[in-house]
Amino acid sequence: MWVRTSASRPMNELDRLIQLLGRLPGLGPRSARRAVLHLVKKRESLMQPLAAALAEAAERIRPCPICGNLDTTEPCAICRDPRRDAASICVVEDVADLWAIERSAAFAGRYHVLGGTLSALDGISPEDLHIEALVARAGSGEVAEVILAMNATVEGQTTAHYILDRLQGTGIKVSRLAHGVPVGGELDYLDEGTLSAALSARRVL
Amino acid sequence: MQWSDDAIVLGVRRHGEAGLVVQLLTRDHGRHAGLVRGGQGRRLRPIYQTGNRVIATWKARLSEHLGSLTAELLQGHAARLMEDPGRLATLASAAAMAEMAVPEREPHVGLFEDLAALLEALDRDAGWAVSYVMWEMRLLTELGFGLDLSRCAATGTTDSLVYVSPKSGQAVSAEAGEPYKDKLLSLPPFLLREGEGSNPAEVLAGLDLTGFFLERRIFEPHGKTLPPARSRFVDVLRRMATISGG
Repeated sequence: MWVRTSASRPMNELDRLIQLLGRLPGLGPRSARRAVLHLVKKRESLMQPLAAALAEAAERIRPCPICGNLDTTEPCAICRDPRRDAASICVVEDVADLWAIERSAAFAGRYHVLGGTLSALDGISPEDLHIEALVARAGSGEVAEVILAMNATVEGQTTAHYILDRLQGTGIKVSRLAHGVPVGGELDYLDEGTLSAALSARRVL
Repeated sequence: MQWSDDAIVLGVRRHGEAGLVVQLLTRDHGRHAGLVRGGQGRRLRPIYQTGNRVIATWKARLSEHLGSLTAELLQGHAARLMEDPGRLATLASAAAMAEMAVPEREPHVGLFEDLAALLEALDRDAGWAVSYVMWEMRLLTELGFGLDLSRCAATGTTDSLVYVSPKSGQAVSAEAGEPYKDKLLSLPPFLLREGEGSNPAEVLAGLDLTGFFLERRIFEPHGKTLPPARSRFVDVLRRMATISGG
């Protein structure tokens, strides 16, 4: 246990808070202590609203039964939005990827969150991912295109090829994100894999 | 403790927020794991992709520790194969098989050379599926369970060898095997010709044969089954064979 408590003193509320915050990504024991001290100092302006927000989020946030996005409503705001194109589904590995694409504001369709990728090492099989739900959505007759937005890793692309196989014969257009030179990237600093992917996916101008 | 060695990345697993535990098949140190600090970062992640050939340096205070790894990319096989479902499935299957079948920290120079040759074949050869079957044959041999396809186990003849005994792993001729043909395994002819002249159906038969012995002799004694990546590879190949009418 990394929370410093004296042998005679049981762990109090402060120690417990430090321990819990220290489990968050990006926070270690030292930064958790700093965060707790800051919260205690800003009890009314930060700590109490944060506690209320956390309690409310824990109570209300649920995965969307259609796409797997996280929201307080079912279906989620994206699935309910009539301005979004229901004929396009962008398939992502995680909710974090969905948020990244939403930040870009480049896609106005709907999403499908798989919940991971196929991985032999971690024993993740197709049954562990939301692939059946995707196939069912794609077969509903409303969908015209499925965009596979998986990471450019062996696991991500293996999953993309698997989904492509599953969707073959449905008549739906299946596309994937391009791989290549990032905006602002200098060729001299790119790894050879990215360069070879960029060359093989080159476009006629 | 410290060494540097030629290595192939077999797989990676996230460790904490930024690290990776990487499994390598090295030339002189066998299958070896190590912790890569910051391995999930943008700069290092492309290096630690399954199938990539690297020069790895491993350091630890004691030899039995997990140790830390650093690596320099030699050949980025993963990126070159990502577009092709068949080749990518082959790469994933070979890496998963090596990861599960090869004992840890036991040098197998032959296995390293064979996997490196398979990766080269995946990069350039049209006959990569045959190369994979031949690789599994060599994997069996290297691990001490090689098949003897030189002559018939019953008669000693070297002609018309068409079966393999599931018990001994030896070839059986058509004549000697006829009464037991339901119990014998099919021997695809290209395995007798070192991979020359095969068709998709023969390749699938070759995979059935190697899969049987790999499962029976290597995986089952350790309570394991063939990795799912291999089943997916066979499925991909079967679909490709159907499409091409093979």
